[in-house]
Amino acid sequence: MRIRIVSSLVVAAAALALVVSVSGCGGSSSAEGSSGSKSVSLVAYSTPQVVYDQIIPAFKKTEAGAGVSFKESYGASGDQSRAVEAGLKADIVAFSLAPDVDRLVKDGLVSPDWASATPHNGFVSTSLVSFIVRKGNPKGIHGWDDLLRPGVKVVTPNPFTSGAAKWNLLGAYQHGGLGYVSKLIRDHVAVQPKSGREALQTFTAGEGDVLISYEYEYTTAVKKGEKGLELVQPRDTLKIENPIATTRAASPAANAFVKYVLSPAGQQAFADWGYRPVDPATLARNKSKFPDPAKVTTIAQLGGWDKLDKDLFDPESGSVAKIEQDAGVSTAK
Amino acid sequence: MSSVSASLPRRRRRTSYGDAGALSLGIGMLWLSVIVLLPLAALVDRSLQDGLSAFWSAVSSRQAVAAFRFTFLIALVVTAINAVMGTVIAWVLVRDNFWGKRAVNALIDLPFALPTIVAGLTLLALYGSAIAFTKWAVLLAMLFVTLPFVVRAVQPVLLELDREMEQAAYSLGAAHWTTFRRIVFPNLTPAIVSGAALAFARAVGEFGAVILISGNKPFDTQVSSVYAFQQIESGNATGAAAVSVVLLLLSLAVLIGLRYAERWGTHHDA
Amino acid sequence: MTLRRLSLRTLALAYLGAVLVVPVGFVLYKTFKPGLSEVWHSVTTPDAVHAFWLTLQIAAIAVPLNTVFGVLMALALVRGRVPCRRFVEALIDLPFAVSPVVVGLSLYLLYGRTGWFAGPVADTGVQILFSMPGMVLATIFVTLPFVVREVVPVLRELGDEQEQAAATLGASRWQTFLRITLPSIRWGLLYGVVLSTARALGEFGAVSVVSGHIAGQTDTLTLLVENRFQNFDLAGAYAASTLLALMAVVSLAAMTLVNRREETA
Repeated sequence: MRIRIVSSLVVAAAALALVVSVSGCGGSSSAEGSSGSKSVSLVAYSTPQVVYDQIIPAFKKTEAGAGVSFKESYGASGDQSRAVEAGLKADIVAFSLAPDVDRLVKDGLVSPDWASATPHNGFVSTSLVSFIVRKGNPKGIHGWDDLLRPGVKVVTPNPFTSGAAKWNLLGAYQHGGLGYVSKLIRDHVAVQPKSGREALQTFTAGEGDVLISYEYEYTTAVKKGEKGLELVQPRDTLKIENPIATTRAASPAANAFVKYVLSPAGQQAFADWGYRPVDPATLARNKSKFPDPAKVTTIAQLGGWDKLDKDLFDPESGSVAKIEQDAGVSTAK
Repeated sequence: MSSVSASLPRRRRRTSYGDAGALSLGIGMLWLSVIVLLPLAALVDRSLQDGLSAFWSAVSSRQAVAAFRFTFLIALVVTAINAVMGTVIAWVLVRDNFWGKRAVNALIDLPFALPTIVAGLTLLALYGSAIAFTKWAVLLAMLFVTLPFVVRAVQPVLLELDREMEQAAYSLGAAHWTTFRRIVFPNLTPAIVSGAALAFARAVGEFGAVILISGNKPFDTQVSSVYAFQQIESGNATGAAAVSVVLLLLSLAVLIGLRYAERWGTHHDA
Repeated sequence: MTLRRLSLRTLALAYLGAVLVVPVGFVLYKTFKPGLSEVWHSVTTPDAVHAFWLTLQIAAIAVPLNTVFGVLMALALVRGRVPCRRFVEALIDLPFAVSPVVVGLSLYLLYGRTGWFAGPVADTGVQILFSMPGMVLATIFVTLPFVVREVVPVLRELGDEQEQAAATLGASRWQTFLRITLPSIRWGLLYGVVLSTARALGEFGAVSVVSGHIAGQTDTLTLLVENRFQNFDLAGAYAASTLLALMAVVSLAAMTLVNRREETA
């Protein structure tokens, strides 16, 4: 019957469309250099894109990097980690915080001793939790206690929508414990954007008096043309440590790239954009850019990520979760 | 052309499409299953992965319930506003004539084409401090992203509407409003409800524009989609799946309810 | 010009102005403020060009497929016999109520490394997630309801006397469809396709989760917009947004033109 022929044609057309889409994707990926020893898939969190945009062309000019093709992916640290977990091909992962790498260890994608595979405990850069204020520092913010002054409005990203945002609240935590964090969130944080970068843009759009952020965010913002900002380094703060690791299936070129990233040349690129190098020589050379506060606490000193995630950031039972909920209840009508 | 039979009862009968109708249905259901039902089944499966008690505690937590309540309240308000304004706009676009009408018509779909973050950022920049990070911001963002639904649902029906009955009514001395209420509106109701249902569903699922502009305050301005996102980011995919499943079930209930309401407003039976 | 007509028009335009025109105008202003050459430059970078074509490709696959589905389902729902019709109709609307993050999650659950179809996916070597098929699937998901929802009210409104008449006069089902049904659902179909296209162009959240953000390869225009915002390239982000808006307007204009020509023919 004619209608059956037509209906089958319709089904065939639909199937054809699907086949086209599949082969279309296959075609494009093979054109751009498929897997092989000379290709590197880098999956990183979003902010160091500017750094890798500088490092990768430089690496390609070296002997080890000649003829290597790159696939780069940048996005929110937690999202990227989950994507790799779900099958996003990665030779190198560079996330904002170590737990995002540990998630891949649980799945067997990254070996459990990834931290000892590189000379600096698995880290590629560090930074400090800092404040960004309006130029001229009109509210006179100099330290954590100033954030609790009446009328000071603080912007900080939500630690439950962005794993990387946990750094900020941990900075507050190392200063005054849960009591401080509670006062901060309840009375001074009006808005908690989805991510660190969004928080910065909310701040530059005019919201709030002080933004809790990372030291490198300020440098990157200024280099990208943002005006009207000023960096304030509190006397005591938290050290941010960003990990890098190769996956089990990594290509030899990937290992060469990680070596380059950790070499003085690669580390200098990080320094250029405000990230503190882990390579001591490079850090020393750029010392003027990176003043040291009086007291710097590390995650290890606070008990390690596992403990902190369980005690503070568990969405149902964590202390910070409870603080957030209480704050919401008090502001909800 | 077509005829508007507002009062003739209509029996459901085998039509000129016969068993092609069955084949169409088969293909359609297959497509629906692969594209929609399968992912939703995976979602339900995931939500129950840790057992029923985990599911229940995930969806009955204070914050989850507050998010449900806020989401549905806002979505209903948005739908109501859209139903009215969407019909007005569709009416003006079809029946009225003014300079720039074509341009306005072309703009209606833009809320769809613009990525939701742009919508959020734009609304934030424009209506900024007055309403930012309040319930009104969420409302405005949702109005923006659901604007086209009712308009585009009513427009084609209005275009195909036969005006004989309206003209008959006028010639018999009926006032405009009466004519609209008794003659035109019943024919538009299925379209309005159809568009409103879509607007409601979309408002419930909206994420991108809202998360930017709402300030994300738990209990106060947090919608369920954002709450589910938080659960995923905190490593609680089961909780996120559970909340989403409940959201879908509630939405399904509202959507089915709207379909029943569709029947009340008309004399059609189809 | 009656008061009624004027006040309706004012109401409609005022609402549209506040909710739609002003925000869109703002985007345009932000786009063109740095100057035309800046705009041209930012929409012609290799990444932008690739994103443009990728967006078009995805829309070109998702929209026709959903159109065919939409018309078939609409016919079945209105002219045929569907068990639990209201339930099926509600099911069709459901994709909208799923937030994009959850769409991504469910696609991970199906096609991810540990998903339901992980085995078959790995065996055939076809990459679904983090590649075009996954993005197409996500886009199809979020644009599924449009054509159905637009065509159903029109079909219902029309009644099937003409189709019955054609059948009694000996027309085949295909002829009936092509000559009678299709022309009468023209406007509903058009708006359904236009809405699907616009939505396919502007979809962000779900596509973002399944795209893998592979620079220069799996970035659609919406993802490019986000990427540019992230990198402080606000002007570039607005420029890409304007390009999206332009694509939507052009598709509406093109389809309206085709529609008009059929009407006068």
